[in-house]
Amino acid sequence: MTAPELAAETTYRDALREAIREAMIEDERVFIMGEDVAEYGGTYAVTKGLYKEFGRDRVRNTPLSEAGFVGAGIGAALGGMLPIVEIMTVNFSLLALDQIVNTAATLRHMSGGQFHIPVVIRMTTGAGRQLAAQHSHSLECWFAHVPGLRVVAPATVTDARWMLKAAMADPDPVIVFEHNGLYNSSGPVLPGPVDLTTAEIRRPGTDLTIVASAGMVSKSLEAAEQLGDRNVSAEVIDLRSLRPLDRATLAKSVEHTSRAVVVDEGWRSVGLSAEIAAGITEDCFYRLDAPVCRVASREVPIPYPRHLEDAAIPQVHDIVAGAMTVMTGSLADV
Amino acid sequence: MALVGLDDSVVKEMYSQMLAARVFSQRLFNLQRQGRAGTNAPVDGNEATIVGAAFALDPERDWVLPQYRELVGLERFGKDVLDRYVLFCIGHPDGGHIPEPVRVWPPQISLATQLPHALGMAWGLKREAEMESRPNESCVLAFIGDGASSEGDFYETGNFAAVLDAPLVILLVNNGWAISTPASSQTRAKTFSEKAKGFGMPGVTVDGTDALAVFDAVKEARTRAIAGAGPSLIEAITYRLAPHTTADDPTRYVPPEELAAARERDPLTVMKSEMERRGLWSEDWEAATLVQADERMEQAVLAAEARPLDPESLFHHVFDELTPRLSRQRQNFGAGR
Repeated sequence: MTAPELAAETTYRDALREAIREAMIEDERVFIMGEDVAEYGGTYAVTKGLYKEFGRDRVRNTPLSEAGFVGAGIGAALGGMLPIVEIMTVNFSLLALDQIVNTAATLRHMSGGQFHIPVVIRMTTGAGRQLAAQHSHSLECWFAHVPGLRVVAPATVTDARWMLKAAMADPDPVIVFEHNGLYNSSGPVLPGPVDLTTAEIRRPGTDLTIVASAGMVSKSLEAAEQLGDRNVSAEVIDLRSLRPLDRATLAKSVEHTSRAVVVDEGWRSVGLSAEIAAGITEDCFYRLDAPVCRVASREVPIPYPRHLEDAAIPQVHDIVAGAMTVMTGSLADV
Repeated sequence: MALVGLDDSVVKEMYSQMLAARVFSQRLFNLQRQGRAGTNAPVDGNEATIVGAAFALDPERDWVLPQYRELVGLERFGKDVLDRYVLFCIGHPDGGHIPEPVRVWPPQISLATQLPHALGMAWGLKREAEMESRPNESCVLAFIGDGASSEGDFYETGNFAAVLDAPLVILLVNNGWAISTPASSQTRAKTFSEKAKGFGMPGVTVDGTDALAVFDAVKEARTRAIAGAGPSLIEAITYRLAPHTTADDPTRYVPPEELAAARERDPLTVMKSEMERRGLWSEDWEAATLVQADERMEQAVLAAEARPLDPESLFHHVFDELTPRLSRQRQNFGAGR
């Protein structure tokens, strides 16, 4: 059966759904489960309509038991199925950490290679919707820390479509982070495939490399435009995969720009930005004209009021300011 | 109606607070639509359970650990509960701080995580009384929903609380829905209360639309808790008459005929019948009570919106003292804007 046709212009949400739908049509072993995914279509409407099309056995509501249903997804994968587990948001994944970190990531190793776990675990991440400190996390780096997990964060409609497809085809557990600010974004779906390992240059430049992922990519592109007005030519790299990191693409870019700013919606200390900055420093030390700059969230629980939430997470002006410190050599540790 | 012996004045006060709870909640819903408040969860359908429980407790001795739907109905525990909850909903960081001596915790958003806290607190109150060689006179009541009862925290708390004979009352409000998931998809048990048997504690199911029935059950559980006989699980069955939160659209999944039937058992209607039976109800009295609730809420909203909000409050409550990095971030806050 052929893949369903996509409109020329589609949303990130619809692109994800098409990837799931295609996989469900192609392989009866694919099923999806999670909280409110059935009739309701998911709290972010990604699975809308799938229940009607595929029925209750393949689009399953679960009780509110994250450890239980993530564990069941792992078990179903062991039993020969190809489960997609939707966790409503990353903060709920904390209830399932034991299953993800201690079992999904280790069973291949613990079984001496007898088992592998082809499970896809999707979850929403990020702040920006006034959902307060317990529902606005960016904990991608927690998962990217763990050997045995692949961690991806598609930032465009095309990547949503093809990276989810690649995730479902992968024999190992893949964690897919969907930034809540991206679901309504729209654009054309360019032809695939897209792999789970390669970063992408979203905007070429010569003076400075800005490294970002997920919700920070569009802000970085906007910052790059503003930097252009100041005669700074910024290259913007979308990481796409957080584990493994595509250090070759980063190194190649910094080799010709000699400067880098890493943008991360997560917290700064012991975060993703630290790993990327360290990698760039290791790979390009003798080419760097300035220390690598990190632009990350302020080290506070994400506040509830809109203006304070905006102030806590990196904005375009923060990225521009970070870039200018690198360009002028006035980098301060904040 | 269980406790026909309850004083008329108490019944009247309970009904007033139930009416007020719905007024407060509807105002918060509207404030969200106006962009003046964040996501919040309407109380409609839960009034009898909340107010019935509040009146069975002793506000000077007992503690309440709410979820996110109860704070509009806990006026009995002090004026600060609503005032701070309104502040919370408009996004002010002080909204989570309910000042002493009010014995109500701030809203808990994460599901079921307050149950182990409630257990620990109940255990602590009991230990404190033992250490001071006096009888324990306090219990802790924790609200939880049908959906949250599927979380591990519920089972671990139930088991542990019984082992410790903790003075804990778990009030499980079964309002039929966890966002779009019906209670029938949460459990195959005939009732939620029968789960208590596995914990080794008493479990009862009561009509959660009947404030007096809830009052009765909570009173009994409280007596048991304070006597040192251990925790109880109470399931109060009602129906969620409004969306899960301001972010929900229940018309996509709630069967209209089911909702219409539930409206016949609206907790406000049930209590109104009791008021009428006792000859306490009149149209003028109810109208005046609603106006009073409106005014009360208006004051709370105006006070909340007038409360100054220092943008640097972003850094206020992370640690007791700012770390060096936080100090730098605060110093640079606003620079370059």
